[in-house]
Amino acid sequence: MSTTMALPTLTPKDLASDQEVRWCPGCGDYSILAQMKKALAGLGIPREKFVFISGIGCSSRFPYYMNTYGFHTIHGRAPTIATGLKLVRPDLSVWVITGDGDGLSIGGNHLIHAIRRNMDLKIILFNNEIYGLTKGQYSPTSRIGTRTKSSPLGSIDTPLRPLSLALGADATFVARTLDVDVNHLTETLKRAAAHKGTAFVEVYQNCKIFNDGVFEYATDKSVKADNVLYLQHGRPLVFGKDRNKGIRLHGLNPEVVELGNGIALDDLLVHDEKADEPTLAYLLSRMVYPHFPECIGVFRCVERPTYEDVLNKQMDDEIARRGAGKLEDLFASDETWVVE
Amino acid sequence: MTVLNPGTTRSTGEAPVLPRPPIPVEEIGEATIRLAGDSGDGMQLAGTQFTHTSALLGNDISTLPDFPAEIRAPAGTLAGVSGFQIHFSSSDIHTPGDQLNTLVAMNPAALKTNLKDLEPGGILIVNSDAFSSADLHKAGYPSNPLEDGSLKGYRVFAVPITKLNREAVAELKLSPREADRCKNFFALGLVYWLYERSLEPTLRWIQTKFSKNPSIMEANTRALKAGYNYGETTEAMPVHYRVSKAKIPPGRYRKITGNEALALGLTAASKQAGLPLVYASYPITPASDILHQLAELKRYGVRTLQAEDEIAAIGAAIGAAFAGALGVTGTSGPGICLKSEAIGLAVMTELPVVIIDVQRGGPSTGLPTKTEQADLLQAMFGRNGECPVCVLAPCSPADCFHMAFEAVRLAIGFMTPVILLSDGYLANGAEPWLIPDPARLPKIPVQFAQPHAGSNGAAVFHPYARDARLVRPWAVPGTPGLEHRIGGLEKEDITGNVSYDPANHEHMVRTRAQKIANIAKDIPELTVTGPSEGDVLVLGWGGTYGSIITACQRAQRKGWKVAQAHLRYLNPMPRNTGEVLKRYRKVLIPELNGGQLRLLIRATYLVDAVGLNKIQGKPFLVSEIEAKIEELLRC
Repeated sequence: MSTTMALPTLTPKDLASDQEVRWCPGCGDYSILAQMKKALAGLGIPREKFVFISGIGCSSRFPYYMNTYGFHTIHGRAPTIATGLKLVRPDLSVWVITGDGDGLSIGGNHLIHAIRRNMDLKIILFNNEIYGLTKGQYSPTSRIGTRTKSSPLGSIDTPLRPLSLALGADATFVARTLDVDVNHLTETLKRAAAHKGTAFVEVYQNCKIFNDGVFEYATDKSVKADNVLYLQHGRPLVFGKDRNKGIRLHGLNPEVVELGNGIALDDLLVHDEKADEPTLAYLLSRMVYPHFPECIGVFRCVERPTYEDVLNKQMDDEIARRGAGKLEDLFASDETWVVE
Repeated sequence: MTVLNPGTTRSTGEAPVLPRPPIPVEEIGEATIRLAGDSGDGMQLAGTQFTHTSALLGNDISTLPDFPAEIRAPAGTLAGVSGFQIHFSSSDIHTPGDQLNTLVAMNPAALKTNLKDLEPGGILIVNSDAFSSADLHKAGYPSNPLEDGSLKGYRVFAVPITKLNREAVAELKLSPREADRCKNFFALGLVYWLYERSLEPTLRWIQTKFSKNPSIMEANTRALKAGYNYGETTEAMPVHYRVSKAKIPPGRYRKITGNEALALGLTAASKQAGLPLVYASYPITPASDILHQLAELKRYGVRTLQAEDEIAAIGAAIGAAFAGALGVTGTSGPGICLKSEAIGLAVMTELPVVIIDVQRGGPSTGLPTKTEQADLLQAMFGRNGECPVCVLAPCSPADCFHMAFEAVRLAIGFMTPVILLSDGYLANGAEPWLIPDPARLPKIPVQFAQPHAGSNGAAVFHPYARDARLVRPWAVPGTPGLEHRIGGLEKEDITGNVSYDPANHEHMVRTRAQKIANIAKDIPELTVTGPSEGDVLVLGWGGTYGSIITACQRAQRKGWKVAQAHLRYLNPMPRNTGEVLKRYRKVLIPELNGGQLRLLIRATYLVDAVGLNKIQGKPFLVSEIEAKIEELLRC
């Protein structure tokens, strides 16, 4: 067959459901929804092939607003349902929408196991460092000292770093982006879509009501250039308003250096998202404001077979080796005898 | 009966045995034996082999494996005793037997924990090499029962099994540990002689099992034959027994356990529905064998997932169902607790999922390797909100095949989760199974929602529009034009959109309940064995069927007006259940729990049912039910 099928041309509007969007005015989720529709519309994938699966929380209302297949599941369990779906339908583009509470607290176990299996899922974690839907308790990513209704004297537990966790589970694609950096967000979602395997994307997302401005250092135009570092594969780690600062390795630790005075671009760490070992990506995931600029972009992008492909191959190989199973053989798979 | 040919000659170095008359064979109708020893002694394997051989011989069989939760409890202790009971018969039987005719005790602990089940005058074979003072002390015996006269009510055969077995394998130069590991087969060989069984099936098994380890293969072969020859060539036992073929319906049979039957039933149902089977499970006793069985069936289109936890397992099953496949998860009671919220999600989203609960003693971790029927109310009600599901329960190991098939049929037919309540007794117990003809298995109809012709998508598809039975359409991702969203929030009738409307919520709660109630129209009526009206109806459910039917048959033979009915469909119950109950003066409900079905029956049908409740991790003895029937008839 050499018939050429015209790729479906979708517009972002085609991907909008008829349901009224009910996030708070000014919520970062609106931007993620808009960029998602923009990113997906350009992929050439028909609408019925997209499935959005979410857990519980503000972010998890996301599937209702997409005119695709969608499943708003239960708290923390979206990766498990997406896993079952993918085992049967590896052809679908399956997106897991989760948040810092849903994905890292109640659902932490499922998240790491989906990642280690390298299921072909796009997991988008909206990190607002707060519980929004339950009205403002601290979350597993809240910084120490965060004062909320459940931590009136300041939270005392060390926050999880989502990307460090994903890398620890051997994620094959790890990225971070910002709700307000719409172009970077769109491009990151497209990169995630193009990755075969688990793509884990952390989105810094502002909660206007309960944690407003928590990412201001990374989003405020007057300061962000000194506080974030945009990763580019094969390029040295340079940042700053004047592009005069960089990250150098000192022993096993990164350090911020100023270019000049004997320090050249060649002295800086060079980003390599394809590195076999996730060590450098992990090191970047540990860089936290205000001691370091926080990295934005793709930390890691490597290839590894997906769980569902290996499983299906095992099935195909078994059938090739022993033939497709017939019930009469199965029933007689133990010794039998005949009663006359 | 074919002439048995156990093979080898006696071991060398023994005095020649003088010619003597053959030991007489006594024909008996049935026998119950138990092999008991340390959990590392291989009693489960020996028992399985005896079962297999007896089944191939044409006996009807029923088994009761009984083992501790610890893989290797301290050797020689009471806690470490593992037993395997086999009832084999020349007629139709339903239980593993109340009392033992023969007990094999490999050590004092096994003797102590099992002797009470041996009939007066029964045969007791003990490994006399394991009765040192240290062994006796570990079992808590103040004196040696082989010497103190306490066993005089039994026919005791003290056999130095350890020593004889070591001699039998001496030429093979195995380590003492390796040599001693064969002694279960020595004991098995002796019991084979006692009940005139062929060694061939077990010899074949040894050949296959140890094909890569010739010395172990040879050692087990020699041990088995040596045990057999010991029975034949010594005059220790004055008689041996024959149990002839059973007269059971003609056809091809195999031996099957409940867990095996579940795996085959699910696979058959997936074929008959034309859907791939996804079985997602987290290892748990006594359900893990279902996962093991299905993991081997990839070429039958079976995908298995060993999930990271119980919740992930049901999540994957729900995801598979959403994808248009057959999603199944299996576990035991503690796992059902963890899956409860997800079962609620499947109820709300009305997806077909089968959840197998192989019940064990509870609450909490409870008695992992022992049987119980105490999850019925959990299956019925153990979720938040008004959350009805279909509940089924097989009544015998072989019936697990049929009820797994039924669970799939009803889950798909009514777009609902179905909980299938097996139990530890059914799971590990074995019986002959009349193998069905695959060509005659019914098809399970599956109808996926189709895109409307000429539709350009959107608006027209209503995921919560229903047919006359209130079943919603199954619309599979990837189908153009049927894009829709489902989830755990309350649905608006017809459209499936999120709705907080009060009247809609009540309507949806009632609709979901009515849909489950409608299943009653699609299942068989409750049948009664015995008089159609009378003094006592014994109503059971699940794995107690064998004990109940046997007790009722005995009562009927005495001329008593006692009938028996068994619920395999528990929610909804068969539509004639209330009418059947009212035809008897008294209703007796034996259960291995505190009275859970009784609670449901009393509440639903206002019948003053009487309970017989046993919560010991063991199945009912027939005599226990018989005694209760008699008591009811007297008052």
